[in-house]
Amino acid sequence: MIRLDGVGQVFEGRGGRVQALDGIDLHVRQNEFVTLIGRSGCGKSTLLRLIAGLLPPTYGGVEVAGEPVTGPRRDVSFMFQRPALLPWRSVISNVMLPVEISGGDSERSKSQYRDRAHELLDLVGLKGFERRLPHELSGGMQQRVSLCRSLIRSPKVMLMDEPFSALDALTRTELSAELQRIQMELATTIVFVTHSIEEAVVLADRVAVLTPRPGRLREIVEIDIPRPRSLGQNAHLADVAQISGHLHGLLAERPHDQVDVPEARR
Amino acid sequence: MSSRGSWLTTSRTAAVLLPVVGLIAAIGLWWAATVVFTIEPFLLPSPLDVVETFLEQPGYLLKETGVSLLETMGGFLLAIVVGVPIALLIVRSAVLERLVYPLLLGVNAIPKIAIAPLLVVWMGFGMFPKVVMVLLVCFFPIVISTATGMKSTPVELVELLRSLNASRSQEYFKLRLTYAMPQIFTGLKVAISLAVIGSVIAEFVGAQAGLGYVISSSGQSADTALAFAAITLLSIMSIILFYGLVLLEQKLLPWAQETR
Ligand SMILES: Nc1ncnc2c1ncn2[C@@H]1O[C@H](COP(=O)(O)OP(=O)(O)OP(=O)(O)O)[C@@H](O)[C@H]1O
Ligand SMILES: [Mg+2]
Repeated sequence: MIRLDGVGQVFEGRGGRVQALDGIDLHVRQNEFVTLIGRSGCGKSTLLRLIAGLLPPTYGGVEVAGEPVTGPRRDVSFMFQRPALLPWRSVISNVMLPVEISGGDSERSKSQYRDRAHELLDLVGLKGFERRLPHELSGGMQQRVSLCRSLIRSPKVMLMDEPFSALDALTRTELSAELQRIQMELATTIVFVTHSIEEAVVLADRVAVLTPRPGRLREIVEIDIPRPRSLGQNAHLADVAQISGHLHGLLAERPHDQVDVPEARR
Repeated sequence: MSSRGSWLTTSRTAAVLLPVVGLIAAIGLWWAATVVFTIEPFLLPSPLDVVETFLEQPGYLLKETGVSLLETMGGFLLAIVVGVPIALLIVRSAVLERLVYPLLLGVNAIPKIAIAPLLVVWMGFGMFPKVVMVLLVCFFPIVISTATGMKSTPVELVELLRSLNASRSQEYFKLRLTYAMPQIFTGLKVAISLAVIGSVIAEFVGAQAGLGYVISSSGQSADTALAFAAITLLSIMSIILFYGLVLLEQKLLPWAQETR
């Protein structure tokens, strides 16, 4: 579904050249959930923006659904760390924004999208809040609205940049359970950036570990713990802990002393 | 907060009452000063003299107020019509910003009273040069506030629109301009007070009507009370226009009140 071949990104800034990414090869299958972890500044957001078509790669190829990415696509949605809601729009019209800006599919009418928006809000527990303005909602509720907005056009691919990092632990658990359900139901392909190793393990089919300067894929770890999984209480705590330990080791490595930890690898 | 003075800070009645009390106290002081120090009316008329003067010719004074109001509003609306597109262009293109910005600053730096006679030479004695003066005085704050407001649109909102494949005009009209509205209103509130001043300045020079003309001609006949009546009318006009904008803002931007 998503294919990156030898992708690199160089920023020419005022402070000189920054090699943000280099030699990224990644193939994400349809309906796969890939999480992306790495230290701050190692190029995770840049990678997502490349896939989203918000940024052309300096070199290498990016494909979504078999087509080279030339700009933002209608079947790819992007969700940010912050809710990014328009403060003057009600909850429902924030959710409808994508349809309004660049239209929906031709086979679905505006009122069908509106029904879908109500359905989605209902799904994330925001029934009855449709007419509220964003400032009347808590941060967690705002992020749910943002989730609904990114789902409104039933995207084939969802790119999520630390979407739950500003939320409290409980809300985070609820939303990640929600996200897994939605993914299974809609067969969406998801690339999800997070700073939480545990979250990365619990959500993912595969965890991609990025190392900094320049951002390279250090390792891709398969997670074959049966679903549904959940943060917090969990029947597979031992598995999660073991993989987390391994990932932690990878992240803590300095570029010079890269040693493999084969006994921890699955 | 503390319970002290809570009625005075929270109640709606107090919100209306307090400014009135302040105003009455100030007028009382003024009146007391004219009586206690027995000031000559042609130096400082008492409030009663001023009211009397107004009541002698209310029709005339209100008509002149209407003239000033028309010039003020005309210039103010024109400044919005001219200023907002200029701000849009400035935000849109960095080249244009560099090109136009020093020019705007320069025009704004000119003491407006200095060009009032020129405006008369160019445009005659009618209303038009006054409207132009108001435009010159108040379009700068409108341009600056609009441009600053649009530039302060959070990057994540801009990025969101880009990720939705929004066109440039959608980005500017659906997002940036609306986002800038609270700041635009701040600029408008500054501008409206300047607009009133601008119309008076223009009427000092080569005018046959308006409150500024009333003031300048009353100076020649030492009719201080008449000048005070005109000044009072100007202040009232200015205050009403200002609060008109405040009300409009509350009505148009309910979302902006709470996010402060
Ligand atoms: N537009 C840009 N211009 C110049 N440099 C940039 C730009 N965007 C990102 N960078 C640089 O690229 C590198 C990677 O940035 P990126 O935002 O992708 O990191 P990240 O992994 O998402 O970090 P974080 O975890 O803190 O969000 C950083 O060194 C950053 O300074
Ligand atoms: Mg980032």
